[in-house]
Amino acid sequence: MKLLTCLKQIPDRDTRYEINAAGTGIKTSDLTFEISECDEYALEESLKLREEHGGEVAILTLGPQRAEKSIRKGLAMGADRAILVRDDEGKVTTPHAVAKVLAEVLKDEEYDLILTGTQSDDWSYAQTGVLLAELLGLPHATIVMEIRADPAQKKVKALREMESGWFQWVELPMPAVLTIQAGISQIRYASLKGIMQAKKKEIRKVELSDLDVDLSSVPSVEVLKVYLPVVEKKAEILQGSTEEVVEQLVEKLKKEAKVL
Amino acid sequence: MSEKIYVLIDHGEGEIRIPSLESLALGQRMAEEAGFSLHALILGNEIGPLAERLEKQKVDSVLLVEDQKLANYDPDVYCRALSEILTEDQPYLFLMGHIYQNIDLAPKLAAAINRGLVTDCIGYRKEGDDFVFVRQMFRNKLNADVRFRSEHPWIVTLQTGATSVDDLMEGSGQVVERSLDLSAVELRRKQLEAFETTQGKVDLSQAELIVAVGRGIKKAENLHIIEELAEALGAEVAASRPVVDSEWLTRDRQIGSSGQTVSPRLYMACGISGAIQHIVGMKNAHCIVAINTDPNAPIFNIATYGIVGDLFEIVPALTKKLKGA
Repeated sequence: MKLLTCLKQIPDRDTRYEINAAGTGIKTSDLTFEISECDEYALEESLKLREEHGGEVAILTLGPQRAEKSIRKGLAMGADRAILVRDDEGKVTTPHAVAKVLAEVLKDEEYDLILTGTQSDDWSYAQTGVLLAELLGLPHATIVMEIRADPAQKKVKALREMESGWFQWVELPMPAVLTIQAGISQIRYASLKGIMQAKKKEIRKVELSDLDVDLSSVPSVEVLKVYLPVVEKKAEILQGSTEEVVEQLVEKLKKEAKVL
Repeated sequence: MSEKIYVLIDHGEGEIRIPSLESLALGQRMAEEAGFSLHALILGNEIGPLAERLEKQKVDSVLLVEDQKLANYDPDVYCRALSEILTEDQPYLFLMGHIYQNIDLAPKLAAAINRGLVTDCIGYRKEGDDFVFVRQMFRNKLNADVRFRSEHPWIVTLQTGATSVDDLMEGSGQVVERSLDLSAVELRRKQLEAFETTQGKVDLSQAELIVAVGRGIKKAENLHIIEELAEALGAEVAASRPVVDSEWLTRDRQIGSSGQTVSPRLYMACGISGAIQHIVGMKNAHCIVAINTDPNAPIFNIATYGIVGDLFEIVPALTKKLKGA
């Protein structure tokens, strides 16, 4: 099976972010970066499918040069090769534009399955995978929690997570696009051997300007302002030492809320 | 002729889904503010009674599209139906709930008709003649104001719980039946069996007291402090999604949009920041206690009592206090 995984590099999830000078994004100068969580799960699933059915796992990333570090991590986990579409100036800003660029690169690629994360941990639009499927004319399934591929029949079964604890199996003809939900399995660690091998694996770099994509034809959505949410704190915040707050809490739960 | 706002009405098991009514409530407010007309759009098969229920809302019309092929959601056929309607009618705005079905559908529709899409919005502002939409990002730590620079219709999905169905305004709309020729649409996705995972396992919906744990617990080995607190209280242990994804607790203990919905007398959220997907599952608890190191954590917006502090100090101290009391 030829498996293709889209990886996005995002700022470290546990950082407290600062707004940039223009007020339209966050300061990235002092941040560390990592693979978006759902995308990492997508890569893990690709590697599992390759272990089961044989074939190849390729990584496709759109981002600045620094994204190479996340790609190397993916290669160390076991992916065979990668493509980095370089956008150092951050020209590609919307999921629609990202999907358009990825679709253009994929014109020259062969694949049975494209796996992406359901959503990213930075902008969290939850759009790119489905946009990509439609632009490529492929069927898709979203929020996937299990995959059973049948390469001989060119079919794939995907377990879709629904609301309120419900799940549903769907079947798609391949090639297809699946967007993967966090928690689908446990993500492997890169082995030392994997890390060594990753250094020699191919990362093909494509310059955005070399692609035949007219970004002006993509519906434009502009971020006017990024800001800290105004918090209307409803909670009564208990003050004092650990002993004091615990004392107050038990008292309030008994006498005020009457839940104990 | 005035501009139009369309709202997609999703339904299941003969009921209109709550997020669709929330979208309708927001649509009503926007239409009123801008002087636009508002239209509810409902797709399905043999859903006349649902359309009639919508007539009692403040809408200018209820567009009813019935076809056997629309009986169950399928991305190909739903996308085709909506593409045709939106292309022909050219509404200013197309609103829908940010539910799993529309996460599956909305981007496909946006690509199919090449229109802008802003997902998971929590509200809007009117800025001159323009609507600006507000959405959360970076795990709800930041908000962003976004504006469409694309042609209409603009497509917007609305976060569950961002508006209230209590805001719905009554009125009298007219059902307008619309027929589409969907015979040529090929359904590529085959629907197989559906099942409920929580069935027969831990049912937290009846629990009176719940101690819930989130990402803040850091690793499985630390869970015992939560279990000890639960034991001291006689409470059930529950979790937010990251804890379950890491397999530190089983999925039948997950609270939130993809897990169980609970309404205990006491919900103690330890190391849970309060992402909306979690909050929708527990916001109806009678009393909510939040323990979190981040004073800006959204969980404090809905909690009754908050403690800004390290759960590794607070939780054992609380357990000790309860045992001694």
